[in-house]
Amino acid sequence: MSEHTVPADLSGHMLDLDEDEDLEVFSKSTSLADGSSMPNSPSSMVNQYRLEEDDEEQQNGNTKDIFITVDNPESHVTAIETFIMYRVLTKTTRSEFDSCEYEVHRRYQDFLWLRSKLEENYPTLIIHPLPEKFVMKGMVERFSNDFIETRRKALHRFLNKISEHPILSYNQHFKVFLTAQELAPHRKQSAGFLSRMGETVRAVANSVRGLSSRPEEFTLMQEYLENFSNKICSVNKVTQRVIKEQREYLDELKQYSPTYVQWAGLEGELAEPLKDVASCVERCSKETEEQIQHLSQVLLPILHEYVLCGETLKAVMRRRDNIQAEFEAKNETLASKKADKEAMQVEVDGLADRVEMANNALKGDWSHWQNSMRTDLKSAFISTAEKNVEYYEKCLAVWELFLLSQRVEPRKELDEEDVS
Amino acid sequence: MMADSGSSEEIAVIGNTDLISDESENNLINTMVERETALLRKMEINVTEAEKRSGKNTVNMQETYTVYLIETRPAETVPEGGTPAVPDTLWRRYSEFELLRTYLLVTYPYIIIPPLPEKRAEFVWHKLSADNLDPDFVERRRVGLENFLLRVASHPVLSNDKIFFRFLTEEKGWREAVLETGFQDKVDSRLKSLSAMFRVKNPDKRFTALKQYSDELNTVISHLLRVRARVADRLYGVYKVHGNYGRVFSEWSAIEKEMGDGLQSAGHHMDTYAASIDDILEEEEHYADQVKEYLFYTDAVRSVCRKHELSQYDLEMAAQDLAYKKQQKEELATGIVRVFSLKGMTSKLFGQESQEQREIRLAALEQSIQEGEETVKEKNAECQEFVRTAWEDIERFKEQKDKDLREALISYAVVQISMCKKGIQVWSNAKECFSKM
Repeated sequence: MSEHTVPADLSGHMLDLDEDEDLEVFSKSTSLADGSSMPNSPSSMVNQYRLEEDDEEQQNGNTKDIFITVDNPESHVTAIETFIMYRVLTKTTRSEFDSCEYEVHRRYQDFLWLRSKLEENYPTLIIHPLPEKFVMKGMVERFSNDFIETRRKALHRFLNKISEHPILSYNQHFKVFLTAQELAPHRKQSAGFLSRMGETVRAVANSVRGLSSRPEEFTLMQEYLENFSNKICSVNKVTQRVIKEQREYLDELKQYSPTYVQWAGLEGELAEPLKDVASCVERCSKETEEQIQHLSQVLLPILHEYVLCGETLKAVMRRRDNIQAEFEAKNETLASKKADKEAMQVEVDGLADRVEMANNALKGDWSHWQNSMRTDLKSAFISTAEKNVEYYEKCLAVWELFLLSQRVEPRKELDEEDVS
Repeated sequence: MMADSGSSEEIAVIGNTDLISDESENNLINTMVERETALLRKMEINVTEAEKRSGKNTVNMQETYTVYLIETRPAETVPEGGTPAVPDTLWRRYSEFELLRTYLLVTYPYIIIPPLPEKRAEFVWHKLSADNLDPDFVERRRVGLENFLLRVASHPVLSNDKIFFRFLTEEKGWREAVLETGFQDKVDSRLKSLSAMFRVKNPDKRFTALKQYSDELNTVISHLLRVRARVADRLYGVYKVHGNYGRVFSEWSAIEKEMGDGLQSAGHHMDTYAASIDDILEEEEHYADQVKEYLFYTDAVRSVCRKHELSQYDLEMAAQDLAYKKQQKEELATGIVRVFSLKGMTSKLFGQESQEQREIRLAALEQSIQEGEETVKEKNAECQEFVRTAWEDIERFKEQKDKDLREALISYAVVQISMCKKGIQVWSNAKECFSKM
């Protein structure tokens, strides 16, 4: 295992630098020869076929029977490390849950674990991304309030996305995540590092071989994905740039108001209007500050999440391709083999089923994801537009008030308007 | 919905807050014309056009310069449906305006002479060109020159000047006429001098205070204009970046089915938003020009204060000179030397001069003293006259300044309001498009 060509999406989970619990990675119950490490439990298979029926109900929200919140970030200090614990509150009427209310505490690592289990169990479902471990562009420190708050919101969204997903929300690990007081024992039991490694090795082997023919619809999906990824990255970059320009504008504005005050100090009659202008500019500065905050806290995080989604989706497509490639490889071997054909045939049939299920899962989830994406982005853009309208309305009021105070005699237009 | 510009509530309270730039220009001109002088009762003055010319200059080199068309017409009210009279026109270049102004400065040293628009563009934010031949700069200068002429024409003293009148009406021969007045001889080179040599003992305190105010105003307005330019620069950046949304949304809409239309049309609004800043900042430039005029006025104010100092200095020098002569006379008369003088020493050393010599000297001194007293009286009268006339103009100026700058601040608010209304419009439209996603 000298080569660790880890697919990008898994790297975050596998090379978790925060993790000091190395032991949990090596589990007892798995080995490379296990064959498929993708537990296709009967329930998950059934769920996949239930997809079409449930989809609509879930989306109406009328039957939403589980409510999750992530809040109360608290700092925990141990001898070895400092980390943040988040409170996860669940309220549900689902019969699978013993109680209707749960309160547990989870750290970021726990979320990583959950997501990697879900990916493991459903390689071709689209699982919402988690916020990144570190924030690159030198923006905030790890434990600054802004960073924690942004992360908390993203974690909240993550769990809610899972809970809204017709298949994922019934996953066992998800239930454990929401309900178990202590997560550690469950984490130790899970299929771990080696099985993931096994998958990776196979993936590499298969990708080297190449795919004979990808079904048209997945090719189209791939094309769309490339473009979408591209565009959403651009929108993200533009938004970052807008924020940067706004910040620089705000810096200059802050210097602007004091100059009017300074001038007012020299004047007699002119002092009052000058001071009024100064205070108008200051008010507008405050509004600008708020507008920047809104962009940073509402629009940018969503865009960022969908940038990550792009990567997630690419990984899903890769995994689907690998499943198909694996089947094709074995199928070919079967054709050329002389002895032991029967046993191999069973294996090949199994793999064929796997391909079909993987494809169906992805197809079904695709439209679910697209709707979700549309809803999220639409609402984020609307919110931004609304905030901008609000910003201009507030500034308008400030300057109109100033005008009113300056106009001593009413102008002719005023009389005309009053009459009409 | 606030998306409609000019909802009824706003108008009832405020009145028309939408002024186009021409109107705000006219506001200033109207206030000047209100202060009707005999000249303005007679004629209407406009600087209407600018044109590029080439010619050889004084050192026989080819140069390109701009000339401005001055239009004057009789200020009669035009009957309903009638056509206004054809104006008289002539072309002037900037250097001629400068010559006129220099003439006025020298001829009326007690008047705060209105400033000319800047020769070179200063306090520009990056997008605005600092090139003298740039059409936007030329246009703003045209407005500034018209402003200058109207300022002079509406001044109670300056408007009566014949050279000014001929500047407006005689294209050829004006230059010679100005030079013929011999005003260059009256130029006091000391005005420009910063030398401390001309320290005044008893300046009028009001002038000292005014000079200080003028200096401080100059500093603060310079600072304000610089910061404003930087703010404008940054705001430009914010708006233009949004243009990228337009481009990306458009590209993105091509791959989307349901979201496509909404994204596409939202993108167009982003383009509109990005483009809107150009007009907004151009309007704001008018405000900057109005403030800039008073920055340049501070030089004229300083000039008047300086002139006072110099005339006061001359008076003090004359008085000092007189006092010295009187003292000399006393010494000569009484023989008591109070102050050391070489003559005194030498006469002590080398013998007294004769009675005759002394009487000749005494007579000369008497003469000198009489002349000195005349001079002092003259200088004193000059000084007082200067103080009186200058202070009259200063009061006039102060009133004008307060009124004009208040108007300028109002016009600034109007620009901001216009910007906000446009912003509301664009983002409301964008929101609607997003809703259709």
